[in-house]
Amino acid sequence: MSKYLLIESRDSFSSNAAQEHVELAVALKHAGNEVTLYLVQNGVLPCRSGADGEPLHEAIAAGIEVLADDFSLSERGIADRDVARGVQPAAIDAVVERLAASWKVMFL
Amino acid sequence: MPASLTFAIMDAPFENARTVTVFRLVQAALKAGHDVNVFAYEGAVGLSFARQAAHANAVHGRDAAAENHPLPRVWIEQLLGLAGKSGRKLDWVNCGLCVDERGMGEAIEGVRRGTPADLWKMSVESVNSLSVGTR
Amino acid sequence: MRTLQIVETAYRATVEEQDDTIVWLTHAMAGAGGQFGMLLTGNAVCYAARGRQAPTLTIGEWQQSHAPDLGADVSALVAKGVALYAVEEDLEERGLRDAKLIDSVTVVPRDELPRLFEEYPRVWKW
Repeated sequence: MSKYLLIESRDSFSSNAAQEHVELAVALKHAGNEVTLYLVQNGVLPCRSGADGEPLHEAIAAGIEVLADDFSLSERGIADRDVARGVQPAAIDAVVERLAASWKVMFL
Repeated sequence: MPASLTFAIMDAPFENARTVTVFRLVQAALKAGHDVNVFAYEGAVGLSFARQAAHANAVHGRDAAAENHPLPRVWIEQLLGLAGKSGRKLDWVNCGLCVDERGMGEAIEGVRRGTPADLWKMSVESVNSLSVGTR
Repeated sequence: MRTLQIVETAYRATVEEQDDTIVWLTHAMAGAGGQFGMLLTGNAVCYAARGRQAPTLTIGEWQQSHAPDLGADVSALVAKGVALYAVEEDLEERGLRDAKLIDSVTVVPRDELPRLFEEYPRVWKW
């Protein structure tokens, strides 16, 4: 089994792909892998508390660690207190750490 | 523990948010003490084009100096400097054929021309690699 | 190190470049000794369908010499030993599930992707 970091740059409002990526993340998790979803760029838009973040909820419910890029959140005016429950703001170092630890990393 | 990481990138400057994300990743990797390889493919060869020039912004009433417009070539120079100061290596390679078809032959000092074989070699010699495709 | 190339974007600059740039890159790296599989997803599954050759472009008096032949290029990767896969649901969405596909493409349901990813030490998503 492996460790996967999926970097999601797309949001579920403008792209169906984001939903498919969550399904992939959940499938990887159910297959016994460790999975982290790192939301970046517009990928953080569903993180705003009150937004339609159904895909994110699916990921969190499946036990996937969901991180949101702090720079992207700030750029889009999403303060830490406005981030949906279950999503952790994180610095981009989180990606570098996992790359250096030989996770399989995909930029989506 | 330091590792060597390779990034393969494709986006031309000023076109997509992925460019800033990549620069932030490269910077974070260098600051974490890793050596970094970048293979710039397709439009990304424009990132190191030496003739990028800052301009004023009349909409905001700023002259060129005040606007201090971001230029990716300056960012690369900064990252090369960061690597040098910290004893780490940043190897920035532009895909040669991509350079040729775009007429981007004038690159800043410190980057080099290469081929897909360089990407393969860098990736094999790295602990890990990340491809950031374009759309 | 065997690497799975995941290609999603299709027909991006393929006329200008006369190639799909990731298919081409994979050819070039395979020539340098790289070992690959290729997974076609999203619109890129269209490359797996047998179809007509793309038309050549004419601009003024300039006539294109080599229109892209993406099916041939992908088939040529197979001939170089690159395992080729296409996502079943993406073929279906695009009306290609029952189309004539190029030889040696393995159609993979989405729920088998985790298994496929585990076959490769490295996965590059483009």
